[in-house]
Amino acid sequence: MRFPAAPPGPPGEAAPVVVAGGGLVGLTAALDLARRGVRVVLLDEDDQVSEGSRAICFAKRTLEIYGRLGLGQRFLEKGITWSRGRVFRQDREAYSFDLLPEQGHEYPAFVNLQQYYAEQWLVEACEATGLVDLRWRHRVTGIENGPDGARLSVETPDGDYTLHAHWLLACDGARSFIRRAMDLPFEGQVFRDRFLIADVTMRANFPTERWFWFDPPFHPGQSVLLHRQPDDVWRIDFQLGWDADPEAEREPERVRARVAAMLGPEVPFEIEWISVYTFRCRRLERFRHSRTLFLGDAAHQVSPFGARGGNGGVQDADNLCWRLAAVLAGEAPETLLDGYDAERIPAAEENILHSTRATDFITPKNAAALAWRDAVLELAEGHAFARPFVNSGRLSRPWSGQEVAPDAPVLRDNMPDWLLRHIGADGSFTLVAREEEPPALPGITNILLADSPRLGALLDHSGLACARLGLAPGEAALFRPDQMLAARLPASAAAAILAARDAALAR
Amino acid sequence: MKHLRTEPRLADPDALYALLMEAHRGLDDAASRRLDAKLVLILANHIGDAEVLREAIALATQRRNSGA
Ligand SMILES: Cc1cc2nc3c(=O)[nH]c(=O)nc-3n(C[C@H](O)[C@H](O)[C@H](O)COP(=O)(O)OP(=O)(O)OC[C@H]3O[C@@H](n4cnc5c(N)ncnc54)[C@H](O)[C@@H]3O)c2cc1C
Repeated sequence: MRFPAAPPGPPGEAAPVVVAGGGLVGLTAALDLARRGVRVVLLDEDDQVSEGSRAICFAKRTLEIYGRLGLGQRFLEKGITWSRGRVFRQDREAYSFDLLPEQGHEYPAFVNLQQYYAEQWLVEACEATGLVDLRWRHRVTGIENGPDGARLSVETPDGDYTLHAHWLLACDGARSFIRRAMDLPFEGQVFRDRFLIADVTMRANFPTERWFWFDPPFHPGQSVLLHRQPDDVWRIDFQLGWDADPEAEREPERVRARVAAMLGPEVPFEIEWISVYTFRCRRLERFRHSRTLFLGDAAHQVSPFGARGGNGGVQDADNLCWRLAAVLAGEAPETLLDGYDAERIPAAEENILHSTRATDFITPKNAAALAWRDAVLELAEGHAFARPFVNSGRLSRPWSGQEVAPDAPVLRDNMPDWLLRHIGADGSFTLVAREEEPPALPGITNILLADSPRLGALLDHSGLACARLGLAPGEAALFRPDQMLAARLPASAAAAILAARDAALAR
Repeated sequence: MKHLRTEPRLADPDALYALLMEAHRGLDDAASRRLDAKLVLILANHIGDAEVLREAIALATQRRNSGA
């Protein structure tokens, strides 16, 4: 489906917020801002959602963010839910892991879904807000970045125009024009390996799990990763090695032979999409450059083992949008945006660290690394102590440097509900208190958790909510609009609560 | 905090050395490397102390093992 191209903007146009790039991350940021009442102009050089083999694994935290943005149920309904991964060596299982062994969360460890579904829903949701001006086939071709924002040159099929963005969110992907035009170094590591990614339609009876093979009989000496997607589509990643010829490997007949070797001659399948990738890990030194902020692949790139690219980018948007909305509303100084760098740079570092380690394990650099890898795999089969060394990807988790509000089942008026649905739901700070009604404070929404039924409170019938929050009776936890913990304090300490809120707003 | 112990501790080093040589006998280079790697992994897990292991790696990677 193609979106209609938008006409060029009027001469001398200015906009409070421009999002450059309508991929997964730009669309998420635009929707988050619009939900906070901020008008957004979104520019995308293309006129369709992403095609081909891109993100499929959406992590719990991302699903919670989409839950807050009103799209969570669509992911659950359409997506394939999974939490278990299995790792095989040759024809035997070496290791398996469960990413969410405990019950009592609205969202699972992972949902698999083609990136284009997510983007399509985001476009629809952006349009429904009436606050996002989606401009398809508007390509950013020039930028002058200054202390009062960025002056953009924009090219459209019907002519060029300039647009003064008071704030610019650069979400223009791994090859970011804006990053290059601003001459910002994007440093990191290229992995000397190639991967064939095939999306294949078939009726197969593999379980709904992530399966990873080292040196399987059907693809000796290399690794293979299998994931199930909706619509009977399966993602198969074949490691090819550095010497593989990408052109030859893309030949459909060659791919068919590889897939047939894996599935056996009796399984019919159709190839949906073929690509050959080389992966890299790199990032910008800083994500904030006065009023231009980089998000997603434009800011950082990781190898896909661990599904940290898209998930990391969505968390960038989650971290940034409440800050920008608060600054635009005059509730916080511009220095609140420095917190975006302070939190998302170490988060990107962590994502890069994990995906680099996984890629190093999967793609040993030399004979010694190969020997170590195989030693781990040989030991893992029979010995529990060796299994945690097996690294086929450490799957996306929120940044370890901060505490996300936990989810838990609760009862509201006797009806089953989820704790997280009430945190940050109205865009403001949320104070969750146990047993003691907190004072009413401006800009802070109070949630009362009760141990026994009580009017207007959420009933913590299983005890999980308070246990996960770590709250004793009379205690409270203050969360930022992005559901990150700001402080723990006594429920009645009005002055301390306001001070913690002000500190979180950098004022 | 525990430290890496570097004073001589084995009653019969010659016997251990011979055991190691015996374990490598008949292996090609790759298999030998795997064997050594497995040994390190097994012993590292037995030691179970990241600081001691860090000191051991630092000692092993010193350019000249001429003692401190
Ligand atoms: C094979 C593969 C598998 C992956 N699997 C996963 C996974 O399972 N889970 C996961 O989380 N991530 C995964 N990723 C990573 C994920 O796809 C990316 O991290 C994600 O798409 C980044 O989103 P983005 O919006 O930052 O960039 P993009 O999706 O690349 O969007 C950039 C947008 O900017 C637009 N644009 C570019 N230049 C301009 C310009 N000059 N002017 C205007 N618009 C412009 C483009 O048209 C595009 O719409 C995978 C990636 C690959 C390649």
